[in-house]
Amino acid sequence: MAHFDENAKPFSHKWLNERLAIDTLQRVLSTEYWIPKNINFLWAMGMVLAATFGLLLISGIFLLMYYQPNVNTAFDSVNYTIMSEVGYGWLWRHIHGVGASVVFLIIYIHMFTGIYYGSYKRGRELIWLSGMLLFITFSAEAFSGYMLPWGQMSYWAGMVITNLFSGGSLHADGLVEWIRGDYVPGQAFLNRFFMLHVLLMPLIIIGLIVLHFGTLRIPHVNNQDGEDFDFEEAARLYKEGKIKESKVIPFKPVFLSKDVFVMGIYFIFFFYLVFYHFEFAMDPVNFDPANPLKTPTHIYPEWYFLWSYEILRPFPTDPGLVAFGFAQVIFLLLPFLDRSPNVAPASKRGLFKYWFWALLVDMIVLTFMGKLPPEGAWSVIGLIAALFFFALWIALPIITSKEKKL
Amino acid sequence: MKELKIFGIVVAFTLVLYWGVEPFAHSQMHKHVEGDNLQYSDLKPLKVKGDAKAGEAKAAACVGCHSIKVKNMPAPMDAMASSAAYGVNPPDLSLAGALLDEKFFAHFLMDPAGVTKSKHFAMPPSAFSEQDAADIVAYFKSIAPKEVTAKDAFTFACSRCHADRYDHMTQLGEEPKTKANIKTNVDLDKLDFEKNLGTYQNKLADYMGKLPPDLSIIIRARSEHFLHTFIENPQSQLPGTAMPRVGLNKEGMEKVMAYLEKTGDPSKPLREQTGPKVLLFFLVFTALAFLWKKSMWKGHH
Repeated sequence: MAHFDENAKPFSHKWLNERLAIDTLQRVLSTEYWIPKNINFLWAMGMVLAATFGLLLISGIFLLMYYQPNVNTAFDSVNYTIMSEVGYGWLWRHIHGVGASVVFLIIYIHMFTGIYYGSYKRGRELIWLSGMLLFITFSAEAFSGYMLPWGQMSYWAGMVITNLFSGGSLHADGLVEWIRGDYVPGQAFLNRFFMLHVLLMPLIIIGLIVLHFGTLRIPHVNNQDGEDFDFEEAARLYKEGKIKESKVIPFKPVFLSKDVFVMGIYFIFFFYLVFYHFEFAMDPVNFDPANPLKTPTHIYPEWYFLWSYEILRPFPTDPGLVAFGFAQVIFLLLPFLDRSPNVAPASKRGLFKYWFWALLVDMIVLTFMGKLPPEGAWSVIGLIAALFFFALWIALPIITSKEKKL
Repeated sequence: MKELKIFGIVVAFTLVLYWGVEPFAHSQMHKHVEGDNLQYSDLKPLKVKGDAKAGEAKAAACVGCHSIKVKNMPAPMDAMASSAAYGVNPPDLSLAGALLDEKFFAHFLMDPAGVTKSKHFAMPPSAFSEQDAADIVAYFKSIAPKEVTAKDAFTFACSRCHADRYDHMTQLGEEPKTKANIKTNVDLDKLDFEKNLGTYQNKLADYMGKLPPDLSIIIRARSEHFLHTFIENPQSQLPGTAMPRVGLNKEGMEKVMAYLEKTGDPSKPLREQTGPKVLLFFLVFTALAFLWKKSMWKGHH
């Protein structure tokens, strides 16, 4: 039985410490949570993501107070009630819309940072896996949220994406109906995507964020050179005051001070978009109310799904679905497909360097082609880029197993 | 320095990505239509000068269908009867001289269906010489009020076919304020109005081929360039559309666009007012964060 001081004042430091071990918590989670010193601003993307998630959550709570999940009123509750009757409703909506788009930009930067520096290997596999699960749940969150304004793009994107579950020649139409709760997107559909967006997905995301942080604690954050050093030794030096010699810094306040500075720059960019350039995040087609009788000329997902959409599109239905499924899971396997023991920036890893930049460029090309109408040269380029994507992933284990040990 | 280089690479890739999915993709998806600057260049310049006095007598025939409220001349039929007869309610002509392009207006009077480029147009040719047309135009210019509000412009040019529900505008004008019976919660006046509106809309849909869309937030659903060129010449953007060319002049176009912006993007003034303050806050925030970071990292390298 622990010792409790009878005389400690309720909620005093001592009282709390005896019950919650706040000193230990503080030490373990912040003041003696050691981060390598050899890092750059890309290491702040995690906190930038946490901040963006916070903005989405807060703005979402305000929007939730006025949004109506009903096929007859959803569109006007968003575009009229929130935009013109609710004080600053437009601000919350634009923060939410811009946030939903920008959060994916930062996720991709965060992901490619991890790939570039090899931060998914040597004890860091679970960091990568939990991160990829977050990517998948954020995708589900973004898609379900996109249904809610019940505009033309909500309706038709909902139609197209749920159709994928019929599995092409499998004709699992029953599954599609089960997902929709109807033959076509309607009230049941809107209601369940509303539930997914405001309850189930956020719950899973919050759980995964905790897991993602947890997976970081033991293997520690990677550094710019992938250097493997003794954290305890480095921490000892730091605590002795040899901060110049030590290779680490405490999370609070040293690492945090840089995070907050990077966040400041990010917020300038973010709110510039919110006030002066929000159109990119709110597709014009979705400002026409959902109309089951009128298919829009061009149906395309938001920009962050375009690369995987373009992996689906250039192929016939069945191979396309297989390719699409492949693209959805292949990133999860990265720590196991990379056969090299080296944890180092791509620039020092021979062929992997070219693999990295080729993957990045290929995904950007896929993204461009995913939005363009699938005609003429565009569909040829799309097909080549999709095939190249597969070639890259097939080549990965081969080129990494031949990589020289550093 | 190395950090700035990395930042530069991230920014460059982000910009390329943005360029590809926004400006480039949209330039490929939508054909570009060059506007005509409201010149209506396909119509020949008028060779004659109009005389408002002479026009007054010639315009007398107009009130066979239209009202001219500035002159206290009512229409012979109300909106319901008109729509039953013609498919659509003819506009009040008080503002015609102020909002329509002079050349367009004159040619329109001589050949309404041809000039509006709509397959069928309820109005028959109403001037039989260029002189007649110019005189009638001169007359309407002389009676038009000096000041026209944005809403009046919308009412004249658009609202007999298009509703704007976010401004409570219907094809039969503003939604009336009615009261429900307190004991039954039945609002008979509202039901009557809705029945009339429904009847009108059905007739209109028969006349136009479909019910023309509500324009509440059309300003966000279409680009400003699209709306300009579409209103100027609907066939240029949507070949085969039933929407007639309405022949607005510069003032008319500006007023209609101002109205659409007001109902479709009402937060614009407040947004422009709040934006600089929020950005200033984050500039100061970032400057302070930079100083904090500098002091925290002192002696670390």
